[in-house]
Amino acid sequence: MKNIILTIICLLTLATARAQDYKTETGEVVFFSSAPVEDIKAENNAVTGLFNTQTGSLAFLVPIKAFRFPKSLMQEHFNEKFMESDTYPEATFDGKLTGYSQSETGSQDAHAEGKLTIHGVTVNYDISGTLLIDDDQIKMEAVFPVKLEDHAIQIPSVLFYNIAEEVEVTANFVFEEIKK
Amino acid sequence: MTRKALLLFFLLSNFVLPAGAQENLLDQLKSESKADSDWKSPTSTFKAVRLINGHTVETRRKGNLEFLISHRFGRVNTGAYQFFGMDQANMRLGLDYSLEDWLTLGIGRNSFNKLYDGFVKIGIHRQGQSKTNLPISIVWVSNTSVNTLRRPELPMNLERRLRYSHQMLLASKLNQLAAIQLMPTYVHQNLVSERSGENGLFALGAGASYRVTRSIHVTMEYYHRFTNENNGSTNPLSFGVDIETGGHVFQLHLTNSQQMTETGFLPSTTGDFFKGDIHFGFNITRNFQLTKPD
Repeated sequence: MKNIILTIICLLTLATARAQDYKTETGEVVFFSSAPVEDIKAENNAVTGLFNTQTGSLAFLVPIKAFRFPKSLMQEHFNEKFMESDTYPEATFDGKLTGYSQSETGSQDAHAEGKLTIHGVTVNYDISGTLLIDDDQIKMEAVFPVKLEDHAIQIPSVLFYNIAEEVEVTANFVFEEIKK
Repeated sequence: MTRKALLLFFLLSNFVLPAGAQENLLDQLKSESKADSDWKSPTSTFKAVRLINGHTVETRRKGNLEFLISHRFGRVNTGAYQFFGMDQANMRLGLDYSLEDWLTLGIGRNSFNKLYDGFVKIGIHRQGQSKTNLPISIVWVSNTSVNTLRRPELPMNLERRLRYSHQMLLASKLNQLAAIQLMPTYVHQNLVSERSGENGLFALGAGASYRVTRSIHVTMEYYHRFTNENNGSTNPLSFGVDIETGGHVFQLHLTNSQQMTETGFLPSTTGDFFKGDIHFGFNITRNFQLTKPD
């Protein structure tokens, strides 16, 4: 009898440990390139992400072909020439969220440290952003620069769009608690 | 004993599992990723909406207007007096507008024969669409042309000036470098040059494109015509280079045909490529996005 009770307690704690996973399937990533001739902005609303409140682990996955551009031809060139998205179909982040308090309910600052892989090249990033912990939602927002050169993204040699060598990336995620 | 072991397992798993989950968050995402299934279609099969003289399966997306300026100069073997053909140019100005991703309408004006042409291009299937996974793209093109050249010696009415063509374009992007296309075609001419001439003509075209660098592709196009007529007309054969620079595509080519519509180059090409009856030509396309993509 005692054993059964213990087992039940164990199972319950196991369940609560699992419930600390948060997920998003509609995360938004926007990148903005500002250059003298043309500003280019592209949006992606199909980013998936997982966040574990117990360990602070954070991962997200950006399907490159899901970026939407103001011009459809630009989108084609972005995939074929810059990102080579048939070879590198996704960008990923694998890291940890630090510098935040779990009990804080208002907006607070936090850091995401980890490996950002774009165009098959992994670079360590320390991204600062804001965090908002709600009842069953966690909102994260960050703006950070990405240098094309760091990820071996080449601008085609034949005269092309005017593209900034550094683009500004805005990430906006609303994580929902995974209910089992 | 077994109960204790079981208990120990649960207690341990309690600590081990979340740690394991932590390491695998990204792997977990990757295993659920839809990137492989939802975005399988190639972003493009060919670089331009024309292969050389004829169409490719490529169409621009909804709300795009494509302006095409095409030239075919005279034959290179006409020598220095004609400046290797540069003195005689056939020019076509054209506009293609995509009403939907799958529907493009186009018009054009050719200086040769003062010809107007109009076409409708309908996308039937896109390679790798998630439901079928069929590895080919299928596009239908129907073309009509009106020859408006004044011919006082002939009583010309509208019917006599019209020609039609219908094509089924079948293309496959084989990998990131190469694409091939087959074009079964039927052309109908209301007026033929000889009394014994046939109005209908069947042809089978084949084309290919190969990526040399990220912005340069080499192309070829050949149409074989199934005809018993011996009126001096030949099968159109062309080789080209596509250079893509953002909103423009520059296509430079060598071809034995001086006409740029299916209703012209299929029945009326007379040059023999291997005897030097080669025309230098180019197509320049400029893309304008008129409405925002969905």
